[in-house]
Amino acid sequence: MTGDREKRMAMDEQLVLDGNAAGGLLAAAYGADVTSWRGRCVHCGTISVVATLRVYVGGPGTVLRCPVCAGVVIRIAETPTGLRLDERGMAELGPGR
Amino acid sequence: MARPLDWQLATVAAVRDETPTVRSFTLRLPDWAGHRPGQHVDLRLTAEDGYSVERSYSIASEPERGPDVDITVERIPDGEVSPFLHDVVVVGDRLEVRGPIGGYFVWEPPLGGPLLLVAGGSGVVPLMAMLRHRARAMPRPPTTLLYSSRGPDEIIYRDELEALSGAADGPGVAHTLTRRQPPGWTGYARRIDEPMLAEVLEPLGSETRAYACGPTALVETVANGLVRLGLPPERIRTERFGPTGT
Ligand SMILES: Cc1cc2nc3c(=O)[nH]c(=O)nc-3n(C[C@H](O)[C@H](O)[C@H](O)COP(=O)(O)OP(=O)(O)OC[C@H]3O[C@@H](n4cnc5c(N)ncnc54)[C@H](O)[C@@H]3O)c2cc1C
Ligand SMILES: [Zn+2]
Repeated sequence: MTGDREKRMAMDEQLVLDGNAAGGLLAAAYGADVTSWRGRCVHCGTISVVATLRVYVGGPGTVLRCPVCAGVVIRIAETPTGLRLDERGMAELGPGR
Repeated sequence: MARPLDWQLATVAAVRDETPTVRSFTLRLPDWAGHRPGQHVDLRLTAEDGYSVERSYSIASEPERGPDVDITVERIPDGEVSPFLHDVVVVGDRLEVRGPIGGYFVWEPPLGGPLLLVAGGSGVVPLMAMLRHRARAMPRPPTTLLYSSRGPDEIIYRDELEALSGAADGPGVAHTLTRRQPPGWTGYARRIDEPMLAEVLEPLGSETRAYACGPTALVETVANGLVRLGLPPERIRTERFGPTGT
């Protein structure tokens, strides 16, 4: 049991990408390349560059998590009618410094 | 001018074998604003029934070659997209492309150095764009590429790397061959670990900027190792390719 779970978690780790990898999808959702933008994780307060978020693909949609606390900051779902963006986990997202 | 979010139809202008399992494709883009070394494109394949898949591929060529861009693709035997590119796509075909993408995993001369580039397998691709650009630009900070491959036949851009490293102000190139070494091999012969990183980092010094790219597990090892060796996390930029090649 635990062996399977560990194996699955190790496999999940292999599937992690950087926020940079989701740049194309994010550009389609935001209308601009936001990979070098910064935002604040609402769960732990960490300010991160979008390119350094952790990206999980393959589930229903693409999930971007905070690299520090692993909280979900941005979620993008591809629906038949277009992209649905949920960025409630990310505050003050912008080009900034 | 196409924005990075718009799909456009690129024409395959050339196909070239790099290794027995890696092939480069020159894409001619009708509407290209230029790219920065380290950026990637997204490629979309759509079947007749409307089913479509997207994958990211780093740009291998230097910006000076625009509006042509090269991508270099490793064939993953049980993969969906890379075998199609290898087995089906020929010169003259058209491919849907979006890009250039990514404003963070990039290096240009004003960013400076010294530079430590660390690659596993096809992770060398965006780092090659940086090296090719560096060779045609100024200034040229001290640079070392640490490059992990399984065996000698799997080293992508082998001859070009040798030529680059032999040039005046050329980069240092350190290979590690993890599974098969030719007779008389004097390079590293194990997976990248912290002592290896320490050896290549030491001559470059504590102001080094690092770029690590390749299979997710390798990038994880490199990023953690460099932090333990004292590089500040904000000077380590990573590009994880996912599970491929592990
Ligand atoms: C930013 C970026 C840049 C990239 N640049 C390059 C590049 O320059 N060159 C290059 O060759 N590749 C590059 N890649 C990787 C590339 O995007 C593809 O992942 C790769 O070509 C494999 O695609 P595929 O469709 O052939 O294989 P897939 O069908 O995606 O499968 C790949 C392998 O991973 C395994 N796998 C995939 N998903 C899962 C899963 N959910 N669970 C378990 N196993 C899984 C499969 O079994 C298979 O062995 C890049 C990736 C990123 C994110
Ligand atoms: Zn957080």
